[in-house]
Amino acid sequence: MNGTNRLFMSLIAICGLLFPTFAAAKKLNVITATTDMAALAQEVGGDRISVDAIAKGYQDPHFVEAKPSFLLKLRQADLLIVVGLQLEIGWLPPLITQSGNPRVQVGAAGYLDASQFAEILEIPQGVVTRAMGDVHPLGNPHYWLDPDNGRRVAKGIAGKLAELDPGDSSYFQERFQDFDKRLTSAEQKWEAEMAPYRGRKVVTYHNSFTNFATHFHLDVVGYVEPRPGIPPTPSHTLDLIGQMKRENCKLVLVEPYFDLKTPNSIGSATGAKVLVYLPSVGGEKQVTNYFQLFDYDIDLIKKAFQ
Amino acid sequence: MKRIIAFGILTAGFCIPVWAQQTSSPDLVAQNAALEQKVRDLEDRLIALEGKVRTMQTAQAAPAPASPATEAQPAAVANAPTEAAPQPQLQEPAVPSSTPPMQGQAVASTGGPLPNYGGSSSAAKALNPDISVIGDFIGAAGNANVPPLATLQPAPSLQMHESEIGLQAIIDPYARGDFFMSFGEEGVNVEEGYITFTALPAGFVAKVGKMRSAFGKVNMMHNHVLPWVDRPLVTTNLVAGEDGIDDAGLSVERILPAPKGIFLEATGQVFRGDSGDVFTQHGRSDVSTVEHLRGYKDITESTNLDLGFSYARGHNDATLLSGAPGDFVTQLYGADATLRWKPLRRSIYHSFVGRGEFIWSQREELPREQRAFGFYTSGDYQFGRRWFGGARFDYSDRSRYDNLTDKGVAATLTYWPSEFSQIRGEYRFTHYAENRDSHEVFMQLIFSLGAHGAHPF
Repeated sequence: MNGTNRLFMSLIAICGLLFPTFAAAKKLNVITATTDMAALAQEVGGDRISVDAIAKGYQDPHFVEAKPSFLLKLRQADLLIVVGLQLEIGWLPPLITQSGNPRVQVGAAGYLDASQFAEILEIPQGVVTRAMGDVHPLGNPHYWLDPDNGRRVAKGIAGKLAELDPGDSSYFQERFQDFDKRLTSAEQKWEAEMAPYRGRKVVTYHNSFTNFATHFHLDVVGYVEPRPGIPPTPSHTLDLIGQMKRENCKLVLVEPYFDLKTPNSIGSATGAKVLVYLPSVGGEKQVTNYFQLFDYDIDLIKKAFQ
Repeated sequence: MKRIIAFGILTAGFCIPVWAQQTSSPDLVAQNAALEQKVRDLEDRLIALEGKVRTMQTAQAAPAPASPATEAQPAAVANAPTEAAPQPQLQEPAVPSSTPPMQGQAVASTGGPLPNYGGSSSAAKALNPDISVIGDFIGAAGNANVPPLATLQPAPSLQMHESEIGLQAIIDPYARGDFFMSFGEEGVNVEEGYITFTALPAGFVAKVGKMRSAFGKVNMMHNHVLPWVDRPLVTTNLVAGEDGIDDAGLSVERILPAPKGIFLEATGQVFRGDSGDVFTQHGRSDVSTVEHLRGYKDITESTNLDLGFSYARGHNDATLLSGAPGDFVTQLYGADATLRWKPLRRSIYHSFVGRGEFIWSQREELPREQRAFGFYTSGDYQFGRRWFGGARFDYSDRSRYDNLTDKGVAATLTYWPSEFSQIRGEYRFTHYAENRDSHEVFMQLIFSLGAHGAHPF
């Protein structure tokens, strides 16, 4: 009897070792495609969720390698939040299929396409062809750089978390209210800081800046890329230099994952400042949440225009 | 008349100061009203979008034909580009007006409904699978000098080597389907066509259909994702060349628990037993099996190592001395290793992939078993956003003549005009066991149309 008991106890202990997730099952395990979605989920999920992002903040979110190590994250996930609008089309679908996790399959309860909550810009009209470059037929997927969209997405995530964990529904709601309040006051501050530079002209490398520019009233007059996803060509670069001189554009913003060679030569030809701005949380070590992302970029732009 | 004008001026003179005094507060009111209006507009847009998403989800969940849900919304997709599959409803401009979704859609489709081709309603197109075509054109020059007993066959000077049509879609909440039809110079072949069950319990993923088996790395790869124009000698000599072990059957895979950070995955597959010149079935019990164990580890954020061990077993086409089919078995053992490096901050500019596969073949036949061995190692370096260079070393016995060993080297240079096309040149030197040498040059053009899904890593 004693032996059986001991066996039984050790079996339980082994099970406990093998399946530690059961013990911590209370926390919702949220995996997001990008760090921005993770930051927003963290804001509303607080300590009731654990969040991890697949792509790093300084990585081009269009070109992420579908590493098997991501499968290890995905197979444990209760919720997968994607940016959507085909941003992740090149790498996420096979990961979802291979994960063996029914909860996060497209259309399942644990799959959330955050783009459904956001205001989407640059939705192509008419026929879309690849002659336009790597254009996103559903619109510009870099929508999180508008704080209003951040709020909408956070609200959507809070709703989804409440659906998956109804017991904590009021907690998520409170967290969202708090986030909303903090974001509103931060927005007032940011808008005041950006107000003197209303209408200033900028050039960016890729068209990832549209939502930011629209929200803070900057004017994106051109791109280093001749078309989305197409590397710079000499003729386009010359055209851009001419245009920047004509329109007196003095700032080139580059995402952290692009080569600075062409932007720098544009900068020296036009006298414009070339700066690496952050399109995502985690682009630099010190930028660890959604607020710091805007703090960083606004500070950068402010200093450039001063 | 003058009096009227004077009266008008007077009235205006009285009114303006009053107006001027009140500017500050009505201005605020107007601003508030504008803001409120904006919020309302946004809410409306949101509600409209949510509605559209809901409609889309209903459309996706419902079976395609003759469903009342799909019949009800032809107007919604009437003006949508057909290639954009299920998303067109989202593509419409999110009109910031208070019109309900149905009205908005009616306005959007004033161009009149599209004609119904083949009797299906245009709404059915929203459920069409993602369609893609990949063209693979190869030109060859130089002296192939292939000896009669060699497995490698000379390539023609110019060939539309393959046109691969991919049809991919989610079938239902439990499965997805993938079809790849390969139109070659000699006919059409279902290269792969399978259903993947993604919602099985206990983390299992199962596939049923015709598929490239999980034997090693190169065997899984479609032509257009190979880092070379051709396939390595060891593939040609021991694993049925271009078609590889590609057969009808079923596959089950599962991620196994492993110490922290290691990805371990086991795959078991059962096939009918017909794969090129490797496996031939003579009866229903002659099924072939493939087992694969894969281990993967991120060494750093930009470097990772991928190791695999494979085993395949099936009946072969060897005959008895009388010429009657015998009960002979071929067994293949494989080991593969892939080292990848890609710095995340510059991932679109620089990368390196080193590969190697080692394969042992044991082919039972009379008068004696043939034990052949072969391998390749290769390295591919991306030195610009559009430029890749690579080299490969080949060594392989022939599965039917294990005393004959072919060797070779190849060098490649690849240029990507965009993500959707690729130009590659390859120089290949082969030294055949018969002491013949061949120097060949290949030019390859790969181009992709439509929405080809991403390939597994």
